[in-house]
Amino acid sequence: MELIKTDIAIVGAGGAGLRTAIAVAESNPDLKVALISKVYPMRSHTCAAEGGAAGVIKSDDSLDLHFNDTVGGGDWLTDQDVVEYFVNEAPKELLQLEHWGCPWSREPNGSVGVRPFGGMKIKRTWFAADKSGFHILHTLFQTSLKYPSIERFDEFFSIDLLMADGRCQGVVAMEMKSGRLFRFQAKAVVLCSGGAGRMFPFSTNGAIKTGDGTAMAYRAGVPTKDMEFVQYHPTGLLATGILLTEGCRGEGGVLRNKDGYRYLQDYGMGPETPLGEPVLKTMELGPRDRLSQAFWHEQQKGNTIPTSWGDSTHLDMTHLGEKHIDERLPLVRELSITYAGVDPVKEPVPIRPVVHYMMGGIHTNIDAETPVPGLFAVGECACASLNGANRLGSNSLTELLVFGKRAATNAVEFARNRNAEANESELQEQADKAQTKIRELVQRSGGTESIAGLRAEMTKSLEEGAGIYRTEETLQKTCNTIADLRKRYAGIELHDKSNVFNTDLFQALELGNMLALAQTVAEGALARKESRGSHQRLDYEARDDEQYLKHTLAYYQGDEAPRIDYHDVVITKSKPGVRDYSGGAK
Amino acid sequence: MSAVQLELEILRYDPEKDQEPHFQTYQVACQEEWMVLDAINHVKDEVDTTLSYRWSCHMAVCGSCGMMIDGQPKLACKVSVKDYANKKVRIEPLANFPIERDLVVVQDDFMEKLKRVKPYIIRKEEQPIEAGEYKQSPAELKKFKQFTLCINCLCCYAACPEYALTPEFMGPAALALAHRYNTDSRDQGLAERHKELSKPEGVWDCSFTDTCSIACPKHVDPASALQQLKIATTVQWYKELIGMGDK
Ligand SMILES: Cc1cc2nc3c(=O)[nH]c(=O)nc-3n(C[C@H](O)[C@H](O)[C@H](O)COP(=O)(O)OP(=O)(O)OC[C@H]3O[C@@H](n4cnc5c(N)ncnc54)[C@H](O)[C@@H]3O)c2cc1C
Repeated sequence: MELIKTDIAIVGAGGAGLRTAIAVAESNPDLKVALISKVYPMRSHTCAAEGGAAGVIKSDDSLDLHFNDTVGGGDWLTDQDVVEYFVNEAPKELLQLEHWGCPWSREPNGSVGVRPFGGMKIKRTWFAADKSGFHILHTLFQTSLKYPSIERFDEFFSIDLLMADGRCQGVVAMEMKSGRLFRFQAKAVVLCSGGAGRMFPFSTNGAIKTGDGTAMAYRAGVPTKDMEFVQYHPTGLLATGILLTEGCRGEGGVLRNKDGYRYLQDYGMGPETPLGEPVLKTMELGPRDRLSQAFWHEQQKGNTIPTSWGDSTHLDMTHLGEKHIDERLPLVRELSITYAGVDPVKEPVPIRPVVHYMMGGIHTNIDAETPVPGLFAVGECACASLNGANRLGSNSLTELLVFGKRAATNAVEFARNRNAEANESELQEQADKAQTKIRELVQRSGGTESIAGLRAEMTKSLEEGAGIYRTEETLQKTCNTIADLRKRYAGIELHDKSNVFNTDLFQALELGNMLALAQTVAEGALARKESRGSHQRLDYEARDDEQYLKHTLAYYQGDEAPRIDYHDVVITKSKPGVRDYSGGAK
Repeated sequence: MSAVQLELEILRYDPEKDQEPHFQTYQVACQEEWMVLDAINHVKDEVDTTLSYRWSCHMAVCGSCGMMIDGQPKLACKVSVKDYANKKVRIEPLANFPIERDLVVVQDDFMEKLKRVKPYIIRKEEQPIEAGEYKQSPAELKKFKQFTLCINCLCCYAACPEYALTPEFMGPAALALAHRYNTDSRDQGLAERHKELSKPEGVWDCSFTDTCSIACPKHVDPASALQQLKIATTVQWYKELIGMGDK
């Protein structure tokens, strides 16, 4: 096994990983950074983000307003110290990206433009047409090429963390082209491995979003936090689940049911706003959880349109005009035509809610630290409790930047003060264990289970039991199914025995990771007997601050279901209140 | 959801056991809405789990699934199975790159070249963050915007006759990105990039066949970037000659 000694190992080279790496390299060029990613950086799923990134920049806006929108949007399950730090740093980070060349869309006077987004009281979302994440990712990646201290390990698949003497000291990863294992020995490790939307059958997430880093941390004893909060985005294209950005509604697109009626007004988000004049924080610019829930109710009432790809409603942009759509939403037009055969300039686009984002993740604090010394986490794999029970669109791209930088600062400090010898023998022993695990998986024969089969059962069960609305009964069933699938996982057999780019093996590892996390989603949801944000229980319809104004922590227990515990929410200045998206109408 | 029948002839190669690449045929009953990638995924999930290829976003933006489909470099996630209904379709790894395994090619060459063109903002003096954004008018943005859209899928390299002949050639995507930064109103790095671009394997190797622009799934039009670069490179060369070589 090859040994790579580095100062800071970063797992993941999406927006979070790249921002972290650059921040280390810029301020501490003498420290070695190993940037490890299972795909080339520009393939990371940050590339898929369309709408934009939030940060206060215009004179009509204020940090307090961004704070209030975020805390209320998250149904008060946000940690307010984290939110405060975030809104403060957000504009600086977005400006930094501007200085690095991000092609933000502009106003006629040359300043950056902002667009409205769901749940935000003021226009504050910076955007680069409808390819914001793509441009952010490429700007960061290209900028990272400036720094010689960043050594990239592209197409290296991380398998396990290495822990010794009560701290994290590295990671084991496989070079995908050769099948060789590498032991990365580091003074600090930062996980930036992205979300896990692929646990669900219908998702905006790319194939790589399988929660690997979150599962690695979980197995190593770090609790996951708030995993039951899964965001459904209201507007996914049928068949593929490709996202049509909230920017569509920000620009004035509206949702209609089978009768052409703008149904959101029936779910506390009215009154109906005039066509082409979207009003912030009402109707189509309500938050995602509410919009997706409204779809579910319409479906119950028979107001949706049945299709061979499931029930749908319509996202209507026909009144926006070709010129506006081509300027602001060119990708949306291209995607609708290519993948749904519908030109949004001419016709309403059939859509339905789609799993989009994990609010939960590795338990971290305002310093991007996990409870394990030397281990940090940033981005969608982490849960710094910025997003609470429902993330507001356009906060997470900014989160990658703000907390990437913060993680870098803290990881550097940790690495600098850590001159204790690495526990080489213990680390090697753990790495050997990972190797044995892989060898056993590849060589095992006689198994009857298939990866695709188990994966399909997992995704179906999560959707059925832990979807937009949940009950004790559906959740219990899902918990049982997932527990059973975890047992059956031992019965899969790999048919690919090659050392070279063995995707059979990687898919098996990804499935194992997802199954472990699926259990934290379902068990967390079962234990939370209230409705809050994206977690809606038909058997406990109200929010219960008395019992559940708390974060859920899930601790790994080997083959058993996780142990569930709770952790206080940090409240500084905003007492839990009512989420009002009626435009102050009533 | 009526079915579209596809006969996929997929190139297979595992360097650990195959002397030579060979083709393997799979019959796939596809749903009408499927892209070619969905058909390949079906093979992977249901028929032959040993097939290796790259893919992720399934929305034509991550650039992972570039491959030769019926002889043309394409994103597998962006071409409909209906385009090949009831036909035999060859699926091969991107041309002009060494094969790593099955449909996976070695991309190190591009990653090296991209770095050489210094694809980042270069300035003599950085404006502090506190001073706000660099102003850039929509017209200034428009000048380079198109060239920012490259997803690095490498379809253009697979289409480029020059790259096939002269592997040292920097190639369409890397050069288009150099041009993207050269024409960004915030950048002052033209002279620095010029050193790399004016080398024989820089812009001058391009014979302007336009095949890169035809292949580009994102309409970046690298051929036009290259034409503009050639002019800029010539101007810069004269400027340096008469001692005023700066941007
Ligand atoms: C379609 C879509 C649109 C979105 N639009 C917006 C938007 O407009 N605004 C907004 O704020 N947010 C948006 N989001 C959310 C946001 O884009 C993501 O939350 C964010 O980009 C995640 O970034 P990340 O760096 O954490 O992870 P990613 O970009 O997903 O990167 C994860 C990295 O981890 C690596 N990795 C994972 N597992 C392993 C392993 N085992 N070994 C090695 N490496 C590994 C991957 O290779 C990758 O480099 C959107 C999300 C989607 C899906």
